[in-house]
Amino acid sequence: MNKQEFLFELEKALEGLPQEDINDRIEFYGEMIDDLMEEGLPENEALERIGNANEIATDIISETPITKIIKERVKKKRRMRAWEIVLLSLGSPIWLSLGIAFFAVIFSLYVSLWAVVISLWSVFVSFAASSFSLLFGGVVHIITANTPSAICLIATALVCAGLAIFSFYGCLAATKGSAILGQKTVFWIKNCFIKKEAEK
Amino acid sequence: MDIQLKRGILDVAVLAAIKDEDSYGYKIIKDLKPYIELSESTLYTILKRLDTAKMLTVNSVEYGGRMRKYYHITDAGIKRIEEFKEEWKEIMAIYKFVAKEEENE
Repeated sequence: MNKQEFLFELEKALEGLPQEDINDRIEFYGEMIDDLMEEGLPENEALERIGNANEIATDIISETPITKIIKERVKKKRRMRAWEIVLLSLGSPIWLSLGIAFFAVIFSLYVSLWAVVISLWSVFVSFAASSFSLLFGGVVHIITANTPSAICLIATALVCAGLAIFSFYGCLAATKGSAILGQKTVFWIKNCFIKKEAEK
Repeated sequence: MDIQLKRGILDVAVLAAIKDEDSYGYKIIKDLKPYIELSESTLYTILKRLDTAKMLTVNSVEYGGRMRKYYHITDAGIKRIEEFKEEWKEIMAIYKFVAKEEENE
């Protein structure tokens, strides 16, 4: 692969971003490769230093705000012919509702994901709360000298405390997992927009 | 390292690299190399951020038959470096306190 091929591949992988941004990136990486070669590095080693074009593009896209990508797509759509506009407005009851449904599904999946996380945390809270109240009950029974009840209550309190600690780590893991899944979903939606652009 | 903290430090490091004379992408990476490893993509993001914050300006200059972008620090950029030095004094004071606490334990 040479410099031109690398830059072409990068440009292709970035399709869907505003053209101005793409040109700026291409210029930046082109200059970087030229400077590396001027330093005495052969072309292939200079390109190796810069890295894989597709991986660089993935990084760039994940850094780009989703609103920018969608805005760019909407802007391109404006250059439409009259019959396209007619078709689009006639079909709006269909595609508009489909679009809303699409985002509604994604949104509801997201909400239900967090609902699970919240319910897990509430399990943790109820274990913790019951262990405290059982402990309190146990202490009251000690004072009133009701030993069997006291032993029973304190033992249950300890079991609840153990379960609370155990479920705490589960909740923590579930929260982290959900956060990562959320980020991945946003990246996936961005990619949907960009791939559709590149197919044209 | 905390991402926000690292971001702030990298910004100032790049500003410092262009403080004495205008510099270009590859030279900035080379000058910072003994202190901090910057990838080309990371540098691009930092330069954009500093440009948006008006801490530097960009000039395209012809060099050896091609164009090269030179980055020039603005007054706001110089001010940022000074602020960073002041902030760092406070952080160092806290560091000394924390390190001393550990020694006593």
